Amino acid sequence: MSIKFRDLLALEPLTADELSFLLDQSKPFQEIQKHPLKKLATLRGKTVALAFFETSTRTRISFGAAASRLGADTMNLQAEASSLKKGETLLDTVFNLNAMKPDCLVMRHAASGATDYVARHLDIPVVNAGDGTHEHPSQGLLDALTIRDRLGTIKNLNVTILGDILHSRVARSNIHLLGKFGCKFTLCGPAMWVPRELEKIAPGTPIRCVYRIEEALDGADVIMMLRVQTERLDDPPLSANDYVLLYQLNAVRLRRASPNAIVLHPGPMNRGVEITPEVADGPQSCVLEQVTNGVAVRMAILYLLISGATESGTHPALEVKSKESANASD
Amino acid sequence: MLLIKNGRVIDPASKTDAALDVLLDGEKIKEVGPAGKIASPQGAEILDASGLIVAPGFIDLHAHLREPGQESSETIETGTRAAARGGFTAVCSMPNTKPVNDNASVTRFILDRAKAAGSVRVWPIGAASVGSKGEAIAEIAAMKEAGIVAVSDDGKPIATAKLARQVMDYCRSLDLPVIEHSEDVSLAAGAVMREGVTSTRLGLRGMPAAAESVCVARDLQLAELTGARLHVAHLSAKASLEQVRWAKSRGLRVSCEVTPHHFTLIDEDVQYDSKFKMNPPLAAREDREALLAGLADGTVDAIATDHAPHEPALKDVEFDRAPFGVLGFETALGLALEQLVQSGRLSLMRMVELFTTGPARVLGIERNIVSGQPADLTIFSTERAWTYNVKDSPSKSRNSPFDARAFKGAAVATIVAGRVAYKQ
Repeated sequence: MSIKFRDLLALEPLTADELSFLLDQSKPFQEIQKHPLKKLATLRGKTVALAFFETSTRTRISFGAAASRLGADTMNLQAEASSLKKGETLLDTVFNLNAMKPDCLVMRHAASGATDYVARHLDIPVVNAGDGTHEHPSQGLLDALTIRDRLGTIKNLNVTILGDILHSRVARSNIHLLGKFGCKFTLCGPAMWVPRELEKIAPGTPIRCVYRIEEALDGADVIMMLRVQTERLDDPPLSANDYVLLYQLNAVRLRRASPNAIVLHPGPMNRGVEITPEVADGPQSCVLEQVTNGVAVRMAILYLLISGATESGTHPALEVKSKESANASD
Repeated sequence: MLLIKNGRVIDPASKTDAALDVLLDGEKIKEVGPAGKIASPQGAEILDASGLIVAPGFIDLHAHLREPGQESSETIETGTRAAARGGFTAVCSMPNTKPVNDNASVTRFILDRAKAAGSVRVWPIGAASVGSKGEAIAEIAAMKEAGIVAVSDDGKPIATAKLARQVMDYCRSLDLPVIEHSEDVSLAAGAVMREGVTSTRLGLRGMPAAAESVCVARDLQLAELTGARLHVAHLSAKASLEQVRWAKSRGLRVSCEVTPHHFTLIDEDVQYDSKFKMNPPLAAREDREALLAGLADGTVDAIATDHAPHEPALKDVEFDRAPFGVLGFETALGLALEQLVQSGRLSLMRMVELFTTGPARVLGIERNIVSGQPADLTIFSTERAWTYNVKDSPSKSRNSPFDARAFKGAAVATIVAGRVAYKQ
């Protein structure tokens, strides 16, 4: 299996083979995380631009560590320090960054589709590090890697996602990835955050929305928690106490899941809100493995995109763009 | 004088569909007669309309010409040139300019500019409230004297039910239609497209169909309360259409318009490209089906473009940040022919009605091809193949979802007050 791609903007358009390839490519980089000396020279002389137009701590650090361990240099742009507040357009900001000749742009932005929009105008690889409430492809990949390590497979699992699914880019990337491996999804949370439309966002993947956590946990192999975004609690106005009462994952509720079930959380966690410390720190929790795997997955992504180690074959999301065609489309 | 020969005259007012010649004298139609029977007067120009349709001049009830105040996106000159290309002989300009057209001096400015630089007639619509802020009623009577044809706070609804009721009462006494951009702004807040599977998949915030239909219900009941002439702008939802149908069945003086983009595209067509962002947003598949049915059965009174130019610097940004609106003048006829006539859903007569007598009735005027009427005519081909290239548009803006689309049928000549405003 080989694929040739220029950007990593979303997991939705990728095939199971392409996703497996990305996961397999992450394995050697997982090994490197265990070495006392973690720095490679693979991308020495290359530069990765990290443009975070929305605040982020762990994803930015994780991509930064990934670049650094591959031997690449990084350029950092953070929203608060950027020109955006001075009225510069996103495209102008990105063109300025690009004029400093990075070899890859890793970008996070609060607007869904902003990375697609930017990628249409650039001739270097663009990696989506989270766009609005659309997708977070590297998170989807690191979650899948974590599940595969723990359960031995990502095929045909019962996956339950708890929380604010409507506004979660993590949930969408997970659904689009694991759905292609026969996983069945149960989405659960307050009805305002779990609209029925979600059942149809990935044709071919069984997705059901339920509103009782007990029902959602029955027989689950994987439980994915989403951070309860306190800023979202204002829209709609929802009581945090009600949320805890109805949807908090605690040890008693967890017993309804399959005995080997694992618990994932993309962080940052609100201990005592969506998850109890007992569960978060318990043997079924994978939260720190997720973080470690995040660096490995991001090393694989940067390595593949920058070194051009991918081979022939075309794909819409892993977009094939020659410089000529990228310019012509503008 | 101008003699239009050998055309197929389609005049919905009299249900005429016949081979007729039309003689124009100055700003009026002088004579209409069987093909070949009108002798060409000395010195008359001849326009050979063989194989073409000769229709009353198209009227667009809903356009944004951006002047005064946003001339980098459009001017009366550029906008009306684009309108003429699209076959429109008159466009109603919405009042959300800078300043807002909420007093007679702005109205007069627009009319003066139109007279000086306009290719086609410009019929200003006045704001319903001062600054369209939804607080005090604007100087509607003074604007009427200056030349407005309707009132609207377009871009948003009249802010409160109480004010809407008062505006309707007042406009009833002035015999002016009230055009409503019906939207519950709380339901639509922050939304950038229609709520549905596509918005959920794309992670773009959606507004439900009810954001429109809730306000349509309010406005229709106020029309019943006041007896006002209410016109629902850019109606997009099935639920809204059903309510208009109900209101008409009760004999209310209610009308509505549908845009070409709403009868052509649906929410599933939306991509991360702001040329798909407009308000109301592209609706669901079943809404479009309902609109097509309403266009056919008479529930919909007019096709209106909601031509909404935004210069590239404003529109070429992230989807969330881009302003709402798309160009409409030059693609309206082509889309109507494609979606309504060539698809077999509507007769050519009915389509012409939606561009002519339909909008005229909303404004309370006549539109027909008879001696003594204004010499406004739209001459178009149902066959001519062409491709819309937005970069060639006279408009100052480029925000069209129909760029590079191939069409069959186009305006060939647009005649305004006896003058050829556009000829292919």
